[in-house]
Amino acid sequence: MRFALRRLGFFLLTLWAALTLNFVLPRLMPGDPALAILGKLKAGASPQALHVIEQQFGIGTHQNVVAQYFGYLGNVATLKFGSSLTTQPGAPVGRIILNAIPWTLGLVGVTTVLAFVLGTGIGIVAAWRRGTWLDGVMPPIFVIMTVIPFFWLGLILILIFGVKLRLLPYFFSYTYTLTPAFTPSFIGNVLEHAILPALALLLTTIGTWILTMRNTMITTLAEDYVRMARAKGLPGRRIMLDYAARNAILPNLTGFAMSLGFVLGGAILVEYVFNYQGVGWLLLQAVQNTDYPLMQALFLLITLGVLVAILLSDLATAILDPRTRAAR
Amino acid sequence: MATVRVPSGPGEPSNGEPGSLSAPTPPAAGGLVTGAGVPPTVGGLPAAGGGITGARSLRRMARAVTANRKATIGTVLLTFFILVAVFPGVIAHDDPQAEIYPRLLGLSSRHLLGTTALGQDMFAQVVYGTRPVLLIAFGVGLLATVVAMLIGVAAAYLGGAWDGTLNVITDVLLVIPLFPLLIIIGSYLHGAGTAVMIAVIAATGWSYTARQLRAQALSLRNRDFLNAAKVRGERRLYVIVVEIIPTMTSLLVAAFLTNALYAVLFSASLQFIGLGDPNVTSWGTMLYWAENNEAFQVAPLWIIVPGLCIVALGAAFALLNYAFDEIGNPALRPVRRTAVTRAGPVTAPAARRRLRVKRTE
Repeated sequence: MRFALRRLGFFLLTLWAALTLNFVLPRLMPGDPALAILGKLKAGASPQALHVIEQQFGIGTHQNVVAQYFGYLGNVATLKFGSSLTTQPGAPVGRIILNAIPWTLGLVGVTTVLAFVLGTGIGIVAAWRRGTWLDGVMPPIFVIMTVIPFFWLGLILILIFGVKLRLLPYFFSYTYTLTPAFTPSFIGNVLEHAILPALALLLTTIGTWILTMRNTMITTLAEDYVRMARAKGLPGRRIMLDYAARNAILPNLTGFAMSLGFVLGGAILVEYVFNYQGVGWLLLQAVQNTDYPLMQALFLLITLGVLVAILLSDLATAILDPRTRAAR
Repeated sequence: MATVRVPSGPGEPSNGEPGSLSAPTPPAAGGLVTGAGVPPTVGGLPAAGGGITGARSLRRMARAVTANRKATIGTVLLTFFILVAVFPGVIAHDDPQAEIYPRLLGLSSRHLLGTTALGQDMFAQVVYGTRPVLLIAFGVGLLATVVAMLIGVAAAYLGGAWDGTLNVITDVLLVIPLFPLLIIIGSYLHGAGTAVMIAVIAATGWSYTARQLRAQALSLRNRDFLNAAKVRGERRLYVIVVEIIPTMTSLLVAAFLTNALYAVLFSASLQFIGLGDPNVTSWGTMLYWAENNEAFQVAPLWIIVPGLCIVALGAAFALLNYAFDEIGNPALRPVRRTAVTRAGPVTAPAARRRLRVKRTE
């Protein structure tokens, strides 16, 4: 119980830190971004938008910083994120974001799960067959795979499969002219558009899973109970899966839970390169249009996703493994 | 002063929990982590009475580097890029920014990689683009590692409220998603030049390595040579700088490599989306201009070459890091002479293969 409370305390503390960053950053920066955007908007901005900016950055309102800060915290607590300035002028930020979330969850979420399952599987086999070609070739290749920037791999995939071979679409999440509907042809169209971005993500993330699984698995294979299982003459497959992998996978599961938290903000550049209208793409739209309310709300959402995942994985580990409770 | 024997060469593979944070585990040669979830398999190289200096462990590492193929490849790649970054004028003869040539020329001896859609020599851009990337990599690597070292060691050594506070700061920074944070900061900055880029990435990116260094320093806390220093009445600062930090040389190198790698990837990404200074010639900004000039259709090399450079430099850092991990944790090394017994069921062909490996060495 005490452990749970401590984790909850950390959760709130980090959330507060993210909120404060949102508040402090624009005020710390040289050249006052608020004034810059105000100047840029003055010509065509509605009085409403101007009002939003004034509130957000405390211009013209003769409040001191502390009062502004608490006003801001109050707004967030009551889920008032304001409205978009430039991306979709006047539309509530909350609604814009809600439209983007499913696309990111679908694309990045599914790919994350897939990368974990495949990567762990390959890692198990690679550790089990030490000294064979699989183990000799895989780790260095995947060390290199993990340093390929997402966005560049995306560009290369577009170049090969989209531009040169004209095999697969690489713009948006479905063909522009279609109206979204739950028909087989539309779903097929969506899936087709997801192939290249998913492949870019999969190829760059799977290496980490392979390497971590392989390394923990190797440590586990040296344990006495594995040797004992061998001495008993159990079939190799059973030792590999039921004895070694089952124990080696525990730390990886925690890592997996964490990575689920990073789904929302983890593929910003992939979405950007493929113009896939998810959360990350939206964040960069907001950045390019200097749409600060939208940008701040997205940062908060992405941080919140990570925090919730960490909290849940911590609690799950504590329930599954009593040792962690005692250790902290 | 008790001397702890330092195993030279392949020590025992660490069994079980490879680095339970507080237990004073006997050192098993320096090491680092490859992934999340695996705590550092540290145990500083020279725990022997504090008498071994950083220079000697550096020499030991140099020997290990030449013996490990991954380390050799990494070193060669890195040296190559450093040479290019220091002497770009020797290799390329054009001004990388000058838009003086016909646009989109093909490959020729005059323009090894052709020209861009803006009429610049692409080869010169790639060559001159190396310097800012390496500056950022080394700048962030050094800066972030120093911050991580100061905070990690201070937390572990001072303990108590200091440890608690520094730990919370580290943990908070560790879970806040870094790349979105960098994007936000970048958007307020409007075109971050090299120095600003270094400062921002280092200021946000030190937390992961601070954690590792703290764990290492914690495991040293109750060693005899530190107690001896205390008994001698040395000041805290002296103990931290002269007694603790030299024992962490290998881990500091690893932290440097990790931070440098992230700096390369993060800075390239930020430049690619246009948050860097677009007038700096670097691989990331090349990709930015390529994407904004329909390079897919007209000049694929404009996309391919800078990206390959990023991957090669990143691979150099990653291979070095991985090799140090193998050097530090012998259980992870490719199977050779020793580990045959735990390498899975020895089937007849596998055994023959292993024997062959043995003979060729």
